[in-house]
Formats: sequence, C-alpha cells, structure tokens
Amino acid sequence: MRVFRYDKTFEGLLTAVFYAYTRRQFPDVLIGENDPLPLFADEPFTVCTDTAHAERVWKGLERKVRQRELLSALTAAWLSELPDADTLIFRYIRKIFDYPGDFAYNLGDADVLRLNQIWRKVNRESSYVIQFLRFQKTADGIYFAALAPLYDVLPLTLPHLTDRFADQLWLLYDIKRGYGYFYDGKKPEEVRFADPPEALRTGKLSAEQMAEGEKDFQQLWQTYFQATAIRERLNPRLQRQNLPARFWPYLVEVPSSNRTASR
Amino acid sequence: MGKYTGFRPIGVSFGRKAVFLPEIYAMNANVLEKLKILAESAKFDVSCASSGTSRGHQKGAIGSAAGWGICHSFAADGRCIALLKIMLTNSCMYDCAYCINRRSNDIPRATFAVSELVELTIEFYRRNYIEGLFLSSGVVRNPDYTMERMVRVVKDLRTLHRFNGYIHMKSIPGASEALVHEAGLYADRLSVNIEIPNEASLQALAPEKNFQSVFTPMRYIQQGVVQSAEERRHFRSAPRFAPAGQSTQMIIGATPDNDQSILRLSSALYRRQSMKRVYYSGYIHINTYDTRLPALKQAPLVRENRLYQADWLLRFYQFRVEEIVDDSHPNLELDIDPKLSWALRHPENFPVDVNRADYEQLLRVPGIGVKSAKAILLARRYGRLGTYQLKRIGVVLKKAQYFITTCELPTPTIQEITPEGVRRLLVKPNPRAADERQLSLFFDEP
Ligand code: SF4
Repeated sequence: MRVFRYDKTFEGLLTAVFYAYTRRQFPDVLIGENDPLPLFADEPFTVCTDTAHAERVWKGLERKVRQRELLSALTAAWLSELPDADTLIFRYIRKIFDYPGDFAYNLGDADVLRLNQIWRKVNRESSYVIQFLRFQKTADGIYFAALAPLYDVLPLTLPHLTDRFADQLWLLYDIKRGYGYFYDGKKPEEVRFADPPEALRTGKLSAEQMAEGEKDFQQLWQTYFQATAIRERLNPRLQRQNLPARFWPYLVEVPSSNRTASR
Repeated sequence: MGKYTGFRPIGVSFGRKAVFLPEIYAMNANVLEKLKILAESAKFDVSCASSGTSRGHQKGAIGSAAGWGICHSFAADGRCIALLKIMLTNSCMYDCAYCINRRSNDIPRATFAVSELVELTIEFYRRNYIEGLFLSSGVVRNPDYTMERMVRVVKDLRTLHRFNGYIHMKSIPGASEALVHEAGLYADRLSVNIEIPNEASLQALAPEKNFQSVFTPMRYIQQGVVQSAEERRHFRSAPRFAPAGQSTQMIIGATPDNDQSILRLSSALYRRQSMKRVYYSGYIHINTYDTRLPALKQAPLVRENRLYQADWLLRFYQFRVEEIVDDSHPNLELDIDPKLSWALRHPENFPVDVNRADYEQLLRVPGIGVKSAKAILLARRYGRLGTYQLKRIGVVLKKAQYFITTCELPTPTIQEITPEGVRRLLVKPNPRAADERQLSLFFDEP
C-alpha cells in the first residue's frame, strides 16, 4: 500500500498531486505529519509543500475545466474538514486530468456527486454566517461577532464582509476553531488569541465591554424582531427550519432563555 | 489555513476605552416605544425582497447592496426579515377598511423624527441586522407633505450619511410627479400598492383612493426608469432611477375577485418592464367591526401560496394567464399546484423524454423546476439518464415520474394512468404542508 505524508494544508495536497504525477506513483492513502502509519504500508513518501508546484497543479486544473466556478468545489470540500475530504479531492483531481474530455460536472460519477453535495452544504453554511452574524460594538469601537459554524467557512465570507463593512473595524471569530479575522479598515487578517477573553468563548460582550448605546441598539432590535411578527400567522416550525438552531445562541434578537436550548 | 499570527493589540483589547469612530447620537427611551408601534403598523406589507440591485462598496460610503436578497433573521411567523420595515408615522387621515392604521381605529400613534429613523437604519445596518430600509407611511395633511418627509429620510441616508444599503420606499398615492422622481433618485425600489384588484371594490373600501391614484404614480415610476435607462445609454454617469424597479401588493380574499382577474391584472402589470414583483397578501380580518369585509377566521394562506406559484409560472416558466386559469376554471385549485393542474388538463403534452426534450419542455413537467431542468441538460452531456441518474442530480420524481420517460423500460405515465388516476395518487390529504412550503417560496430563487 502506497502512502503519502503531507502537512494537511490545501497547498500541501496540491503539491502531493504534483509529485504523484511527476513520479508516476499514486498514493492509496494520505496521512498527516504526525499520523501513525497504517498496517501493511510501504515506507511513506513525504511531500514537502511547495507553493510553486501547487500553483502549477491549480493552473492545470483551470486549463482543463471549462466552467471555472466548479473549481470552487475543491476549496469548499477542503473547508468542510470532513475526514476523507483530502482523498476525495485527490481522486477528483486525478479524474479531471486523466479523463480526455471535461469531467468536472459528470454527476454520474460518485466522487463528482459527493463533492458537489459537500460544496452545496459548505456554501449554505457560509451564507448562513453572512445572514446571521451579529456585530456588537465594543467600547474601543470594534464591531465584534462570534459564532460556531458547522464547517470552516469564515474565509468564504470575507469578500462579502470586506465589501459591505469596509468603513468600520470588525472582528469575526469562529468559536469552534479558535481563530478569526480582524479587519483594520484595509484588509482582513487572520488572528488567534493566546488567551482568549471570555467574549471569544461565549460570543457575548459584558456590559463594560460594550460601546455606549450598544445595549440600547440590541434592545431596539429585539423589540423590532418581536413587533414585526404577525401573530395571526405564527409558524415556529418554519422559523426553526429557516434559522438553524446552532445559530440561535449568538443571535441578539433571540431571548437568552431560548438561546441555550440548542448547540 | 494560515499560520499563527498572534494577538494584535491594535484595538482588539476588549474593555478599554479608545474611541475609533465618533459616537453620533444616543437613542432616547421613547424611540423604543415608537419603534414598537411603527413596526407593528408596517408589518402587513408583505414585500420583503431586497434583491434586484448589485452595488459594491464605494469609498467613504457605508455598505453595499447584494444582488440577491439576504434574510438576516426569521420572525416567529417564519417570514424573512431582510429590511427594517417601518412607517415614518402611523397617523393617517384616510380610512381604508382593510388597514390597521385607518383613522377610525383607536390605536397608539407615533411619528419618527427624520433623524431618528436615519440613525436607527444606519446602526442596525452596521450590526448586520438588516439589508436596508423599507419605508412606508400613513398620510398626514396631504400626500405631498407626507411624501416629502419620506424623501427626506432616504435623501439624508444617501447624501448626508453616504448610506449604500438597500432602500425600498412606498410612494404615497396622489403624490406629485416631482416628489416621485426625487424618491427614485435615492431609493432602489419604489412601490405603490393596489391592494384591491378591482376599482369598484377599491372605492367601496378605500373611499379616498381610486385606480387613478394608484396607477398615476406607477406610471411616473415607469417613466423615470425608462428615461434613466435611456440617459445612461448616452452618459454612463447619468443618475440611476429606482434601479430595482417597482413592485406592488394585492390583498387576497377581502373582496370576491377570482384568481383569473387577479392574475390578469398581474400579467398586465408585468408587461411594464419596471414592474418586478407583485405580492399577494392573504387577508387578515383585523378590523372586525367593519361589515364591508368578510369575517374570515383564518387568512387564506393556501390560496395565497397558489397565487405565488402561478405568478412564478408567469415570470419564469413562460406560461400565459389563459393556460393557468380560464373562464371554465377561473380559480386555482387549492389541493394541487397550478403547474400540475395545467398538466392534468393537458395530458396530450406528455410524457416528455428527459433525454431529448428541450429546456422549455422540461420546465413544463410538474415537479421539474428551473434548477432541475438545467441539471438535466448538463448531465445529459455525460450519458443517458435513467431514474437513478435523475435522483442523483437532485431531480425529485414524486410528481415528475408520471410525466416523463427515461432511457429505462417505460413506467406507467399519465397516458396509462389517466389524469384522474394521477390526481388521486398525488393529492395531499394534509393541506398544512402546503402552507409552509409557500412561505419558503417567497425567498427562493431570483
Ligand atoms: S392610506 Fe395607507 S395607512 Fe392610511 S388607511 Fe389607507 S392603507 Fe392605511
């Protein structure tokens, strides 16, 4: 059994594709740097991540796939963090290169189908983040939002958010993965915190951390949220369906008694 | 995933006071009360879509408008909250029978100061609560006086505060052309509600209104849109006028008008290029004392749903009104959707061969929507399609199976089972399910 070891980055994975083709040896298994070697494995080939090689593979894909946007499926699948995402992506790329025509949207193929399903789910999650993130203004003037999405989708939301909130400082934080993006008025940059303050674990600012007026605006929004519902048409099931429970704990408008029930 | 970048002390230090952006204004307590009253008063306007305009961020301005409508929350009625839907005032000198704000109702009244509403919009927007503002108003003093104050809100938002988010503004029936025109320079979408689909009933229920007071501002908007498009062909920098066009709303079930007359009116309205959406709002019996109105226990939600589906067929499926309803079937069937209803009346068009049919034919198959039809065309490039392949690309066969043939052995279709047989197989015993589907339909697709 042939094993490739790589650093579990997307660039690393593309580099692995590069070496597989130049060495004409294709791995049966991909493992991370510290993963134990599977039983009956040959001596693993260790991939040294190389951006130039990764770049070449990506360019090659762009030449081969007519509908470029289908390549976003690869990044999306990667961000899904599913355990077999890397082998799936690897197989898919091989099929694209080896198939004489354009294979990218051949839904009759099980890998293509699965990749597209993952892509759809990841996209939906990133739309949810764009819909449901709520900024709270901190005392030092930063708009802060934290949530815990199912997949690692924060990077996918950045183009929209930097466009929309270009003239304010903000920090968007992924509680589950322990990292976020801080936008300083020019570009978003990835941030991690050695010792995350409480707010980065709960998603909530304490009263002293809030800017003046922040509490008022939250209350105004809660009031609006209640007032705009039509009592004659109550439909909590539809509400739950449209607004998945995992986002409720971080929504300003949901009364806190309802927030904890989910997770 | 990038590398560890460390903690950036710049500004990320929660709890210390170091003001970056100037605090503009502090809300006073009665704004809360006003917001409550004026949101309650505005909520019956169903239009909620914020779609239709794409506008990237501009330097020095606040925000952007996404080309698709983003729902930021869902209220307890399951409806999308995309815009701050609010009235400038709910005082009104008119007495429309169907309206909660009519002057003969004894309800709390409130009026926002222009600056209060502007502030609220911006602060909500910056917190990602909303996509923008949906502004309407009761009529005070006269239409122009009211309209002028509304225009001041949207003008202040756009010019003073460089607000770049979405704005939908109601045009007051009877407002002057100059004011409608000014509103169009700042709003993305303008709307004038017809409310009652036939003039005699409208006048009986809303004595201060008639078709002319509704259609005249609609025409102003249409002219503004056409003229601006023409000017922009010559000068790229000519101002845009209501780039997301106009919309309107009809109340369903307050008067005896049948679906045929409603859909005919809709289709006539869609003939104007600026008319983007007609909304249908199931009548809710609020003013129970008014005997001119039917005492409905429940809003006609299923009918409302069927009208939206029919409207969809008009706009995206190349159906004509006469195919959906006619003199012998003037009302939509409640227990099946209008496309299925049409197909059962026209078995001669089926079955359709999914491996050969063109896009238009596929769209006519009950259960095959725009997405499925496109997926079928794409998937056909790689091989012939059977039911297995169809399911894999996401086509739901529950209804479609009786109207198609695939590359497999033929299964019984509408030809063998007969339309009555297919109807028996498909009719849902539970109409509640249909109600819930309806509400999601608002916000799906374009
Ligand atoms: S004019 Fe508008 S706000 Fe006034 S009563 Fe009629 S519908 Fe209601």
